[in-house]
Amino acid sequence: MAIKKNPIIDNIPHEEFQDNETLEKLVEELNQNGVGVVVGALDKLIDWGRSNSLWPLTFATSCCGIEFMAVAAARYDMARFGFEITRNSPRQADVILVNGTITTKMAPVLKRLYNQMADPKYVVAIGGCAISGGPFTKSYHVVKGVDKIIPVDVYVPGCPPRPEAFLYGMMQLQRKVRVENFFGTVNRKEQDPYKEKMDEQYVELLKQQEEA
Amino acid sequence: MEENEKSICPETPQPQPVQEEKKETAPTDKSTSQPTAAPTPKPAAPRPTPPPASPAKNEIKPEVVTPEELHERLAHLKAEGYSLLENLTGTDWGEEGMGVVYSLTNPETFDMTHVKVIAADKETPYLDSVTDLWDIANFYEREVYDFYGIIFLNHPDLRRLFLREDWVGHPFRKNGYEESNNPEIAETDEPISDLAVKYTLTPDGKLHKEETPLFAEEDYVINLGPQHPSTHGVLHFRTRLEGEIITKIDPHLGYIHRGIEKISEELTYPQTLALTDRMDYLGAMQNRHALCMCIEQALGVEVSDRVQVIRTIMDELQRIDSHLLFFSCLCQDLGATTSFLYGFRDREKVLDIFEETCGGRLILNYNMIGGLAYDIHPNFQRRVKEFIPMMRKNLKEYDDIFTGNVIFQNRSKGVGILSKEQVISFGCTGGTGRASGWHNDLRKHRPYAAYDRVEFKEVVRTEGDSFARYMIRLDEIRESLHIIEQLIDNIPEGKIAEKMKPVLKLPVGSYYSAVEGSRGILGVHIESKGDKMPYRLHYRATGLPLVAVMDTACTGYMIADLIAIGGTIDYVVPDIDR
Ligand code: SF4
Repeated sequence: MAIKKNPIIDNIPHEEFQDNETLEKLVEELNQNGVGVVVGALDKLIDWGRSNSLWPLTFATSCCGIEFMAVAAARYDMARFGFEITRNSPRQADVILVNGTITTKMAPVLKRLYNQMADPKYVVAIGGCAISGGPFTKSYHVVKGVDKIIPVDVYVPGCPPRPEAFLYGMMQLQRKVRVENFFGTVNRKEQDPYKEKMDEQYVELLKQQEEA
Repeated sequence: MEENEKSICPETPQPQPVQEEKKETAPTDKSTSQPTAAPTPKPAAPRPTPPPASPAKNEIKPEVVTPEELHERLAHLKAEGYSLLENLTGTDWGEEGMGVVYSLTNPETFDMTHVKVIAADKETPYLDSVTDLWDIANFYEREVYDFYGIIFLNHPDLRRLFLREDWVGHPFRKNGYEESNNPEIAETDEPISDLAVKYTLTPDGKLHKEETPLFAEEDYVINLGPQHPSTHGVLHFRTRLEGEIITKIDPHLGYIHRGIEKISEELTYPQTLALTDRMDYLGAMQNRHALCMCIEQALGVEVSDRVQVIRTIMDELQRIDSHLLFFSCLCQDLGATTSFLYGFRDREKVLDIFEETCGGRLILNYNMIGGLAYDIHPNFQRRVKEFIPMMRKNLKEYDDIFTGNVIFQNRSKGVGILSKEQVISFGCTGGTGRASGWHNDLRKHRPYAAYDRVEFKEVVRTEGDSFARYMIRLDEIRESLHIIEQLIDNIPEGKIAEKMKPVLKLPVGSYYSAVEGSRGILGVHIESKGDKMPYRLHYRATGLPLVAVMDTACTGYMIADLIAIGGTIDYVVPDIDR
């Protein structure tokens, strides 16, 4: 658990944060007297909640999308893992499953969808096409891997991947979510490939405004 | 995938020269040895080299006309009864120049005729537009303009169809196109122009460009897509509204254009098969069947009876799969989630059958040139026979839960009506055409595989509305079950694949074959120059006419009806864009 080095809170000396014994004793005493108290890291609670209710964006461009529908249907039933609430608006979604080929023309649209999602957000690249262009690597109009546009958390290979592979990939994502720290550190480990560029543009914009 | 191809490529040419030598030496041997050593024909006899298919069954010999005669000739043919523009293939013949092959069909008898024209100018080729004769020519010509840069004079709206408007060059041209002119990833949002472009020829022979706005300044236009849950993929409709009434739809395509036809030009014939399943993935079997059939017929290869029957069964299973998905998605789009689950429950059963034999659920890779990849699984017949009565029973459930639903009936009856003339002019084949009273089932009218020996009804309705299109599909599931039932116990013994050479070379010529796909006529047009790769491979996509007709089908109806109309017209976007 990551705690800020020296939290400054009135009346509680810093050392007490390390003193688990007193807290445990306190909890025990309370429990014995019939008060239901549990202690734990708030991070764990948040991660547990978040990892079990990942809401995917309905985003499918081609064949893999049909398998995604099969995963959502009765036999494979992704509701078992809490992924069933597919959202049609990126603003309500947590994870974007890139199902299918991304073409040159679609790339800016995908980027915009990603930017519209609220943090924390995740990307799963599903199928050969989303990973590397798949069978269409030789094409003049296909992006060879979505990780060139947006940062990807989990790759699920296959053409199309079996529904089990979808679920396994999503479970890997859950694992990733479960070890995250909500408090104190930066959530996203991966760099947004466009961040630097955006910053540059922003600085330039500021300059222009100053000049004006 | 790519690695595989690479490893195949350098290897395959090796056996080829050896074989060719053999072929060349064989006839000389014969001619010299026959008169002298007649009693020893043994080495020749067991190897009956198939003759290079003198007149291949599907070879087309297009009538060549000059650009000046073109319009008149096509108008004449149309008046003669060829009132369906089944296919339009643009080609760059290199030295000869660029041009177009028009494939016309008589919508009653299904006779075909082909007309070929080559534009005079090689740098900026132009031809007369035939948009005034056929509505679908609008989209077909825009596609050719996009790929080859052939300008169609008097076309009302000659914009690019698939590629971005700021795309440099025309990718299908055989020379002069630089891929590096265009970035792999577009950094900027796409500029979408509001101007329709029209080219005319001035009296002194120069091209004149005219731009007219698509929408007026005060029009209320909303964008549906490219990311919209009910456009069934990435499709973009610019919809003009008058209150709640749609007055115009401008479909914007190409978000999933992968250039399959262009990639195919660099693949050998067996390799091109890999991409067919990925076009219309709900017609994977039929797509591949069409391409295999086209190549086989061009080579003069006869596949065994067993193959024909198995292909027929597989095509029908695929049709059921597709129609079940159609049902599920339509219900889902209209808010009936339970029906969606019902449809998928049964679809999984079909996928089980596929998976056991083909190893794949969606992308099946089953048909091969000359036969099949594998024989059917020992369980195949048993499973299919279990499936048929189960499906029949469940179809009743569908009717109970969804067909009779008042909300659905109100949203679909009398909505999105298409007349027979309209569907023919737009080339809407398959269930959409049959719902408007047009008998267009290729299985009946140009029988292939084992369809001539089974008995089935061609399901046709006359209302032409969304409800009719929906009912057609449910009834077709019943007919497909009926076809399978007749064949499943009568699969003849025989070879599952003919022995094919590792490197196939199609004789020089143009070939066209078509099958009845899940949603209409799926045609394959191959131009061969005798190489091991196709010079031009064009698919007559089933979906392009279906999306082209959306403007006509939706105009005058409410915006909420667009979903039901689009759902029942049943297009698959990767098939449109290819
Ligand atoms: S990975 Fe295969 S199945 Fe998935 S979208 Fe690409 S081609 Fe289709």
